[in-house]
Amino acid sequence: MLKAQSVFKSFDGFMAVNNANLEVEQGEIVAVIGPNGAGKTTLFNVITGILKPDSGKVFFKNEDITGLPPYTVCRKRISRSFQIVNVFQRLTIFENVQVSVLSREKKTWNLFTPSTKLAIKETNEILENVGLIGKKDRTTALLSHGDRKVLEIAMALGGNPEFLILDEPTAGMAPEETEHCIELIKQLREKMGLTILFCEHDMEIVFGIANRIMVMVRGATIIQGSCDEVRCNQAVQDAYLGGGDACLM
Amino acid sequence: MLKGMLEGRGHIWWAATLILMFLLPLILPRFYLYLLSIILLTGLLATSLNLVLGYGGIFQFHHAVFYGAGAYGTALILTKTGLSPWIAFIVGPLVSAALGLIMGWICIRLSKLYFAMLQISLGSLVWIIVYRWYSFTGGDDGIHGIPLPDILSSPNNAYYFTLIVTLICLFAMYKIVKSPFGSVLQGIRDNPVRCEMIGINVKLHQLLTLIIAGFFAGVAGSLFVVVDTTVFPDMLFWTLSLEICIMCLLGGWFTFLGPMLGAAIIIALRTFVSTFTVYWSLALGILMMLVIFFLPNGVLGYIEEKLKRVIIEPVIKE
Repeated sequence: MLKAQSVFKSFDGFMAVNNANLEVEQGEIVAVIGPNGAGKTTLFNVITGILKPDSGKVFFKNEDITGLPPYTVCRKRISRSFQIVNVFQRLTIFENVQVSVLSREKKTWNLFTPSTKLAIKETNEILENVGLIGKKDRTTALLSHGDRKVLEIAMALGGNPEFLILDEPTAGMAPEETEHCIELIKQLREKMGLTILFCEHDMEIVFGIANRIMVMVRGATIIQGSCDEVRCNQAVQDAYLGGGDACLM
Repeated sequence: MLKGMLEGRGHIWWAATLILMFLLPLILPRFYLYLLSIILLTGLLATSLNLVLGYGGIFQFHHAVFYGAGAYGTALILTKTGLSPWIAFIVGPLVSAALGLIMGWICIRLSKLYFAMLQISLGSLVWIIVYRWYSFTGGDDGIHGIPLPDILSSPNNAYYFTLIVTLICLFAMYKIVKSPFGSVLQGIRDNPVRCEMIGINVKLHQLLTLIIAGFFAGVAGSLFVVVDTTVFPDMLFWTLSLEICIMCLLGGWFTFLGPMLGAAIIIALRTFVSTFTVYWSLALGILMMLVIFFLPNGVLGYIEEKLKRVIIEPVIKE
């Protein structure tokens, strides 16, 4: 469904992504792992059009989407959430998701209908699904970190995606929040049939929900394979255990 | 406050204010009527800036250009052509909107302070053209004694015209702020990157905002021609832009009617304090410092916060 081929991206001579390759099939959950600074977020930024790659191609459903602006990529039903919480601070939870739904329904050029009458049902449905419905009228500035991360996902769902990219969805969450979040990700795949690509530092989560794993070190893809293949791979062992960054189970 | 005043008994207050505004010409002397008209149209100008600045988060620091362009557009058609005067009042705002499109199209490539710098430079360029082009715009003399249609020539009627047009424009802008476009605009202010990622073409939305704001600033400019029958290059000078920025901040730039209140405060200060001292801007400076320290959300922002505590909290407790 999604394919990134030998993607390169440098910032001022620093190779942030240095020959990354990624393949995601329909209906899969694929995890990208790697030490801090391995280029995971940069790769996601290239895929979603926020950054243009120096070279390499990104295909979605066999269509070349390399270098398209983010709003066009989003129209192809690719949505993402961000690692650093990236929501609309002065709006309420409901409005945050509503903007996203309105954008998908192409109603953003509507100048004179009150927003309070549009996209109500869809927005409530999404909030119901992610479990934020009870807090929908709160301003996001007053939310806990965990709720904001969930809101991130809810906003991504507003675009009615087929393909969802989650950048460290559980980072900084309390244990019970993490559990809720994992449950949510599983449901998204099972109930809504989404294909999910995510990156994460918590190996328990990665091996718990991913079908396949792609490992990045210093911007380069070392391997993409099933959980078992990755676990036994020598290069991965070296990168992780040698670097002392994290420990594979 | 708006929400509270629009619901339930709030209607009565709005209706009372409106009726009072319409009855004022019967009691007020001519000078105060003129002052009130100026406050209304300057408030409209500040509200149009706030659409860009407060709701859109775009640093349009030289907004007066569109005000001046609207005024000159109207004035030039009234003095130099034999067209119906009503066409002049439509052309003025359209000139501003077109200027908004051109300047916006150039500036929108940059963001934040870079946008502001380029916008000030381009605006000053327009100002210098108006200031020097004696044969067309009258240069630094401006244009005086602009002929108005008979129906607008009495001060009372000029006031009514200003009041009605201002109300219509405020209503239109209020609708825009509450529309999906307005929601998206506030989303862009809070987080442009995120907006792109939910499928919004950020630059195009910002450009439309600049055009709309330019249009309403042009309406304010045309109204000035009606009230004062003169135009002069100072209307496009950047000090005026700064003044309307201050009106937005003073009144409260996250509230809809804040800029209108800010305009009233500043114009009243300028008029009344300047009869005591030429250093009236000193009073403004001190007031501004106090506002920044004690009322960071502006005067109306502060009042709204207080009202929320009084009105909404008891409701929640029940």
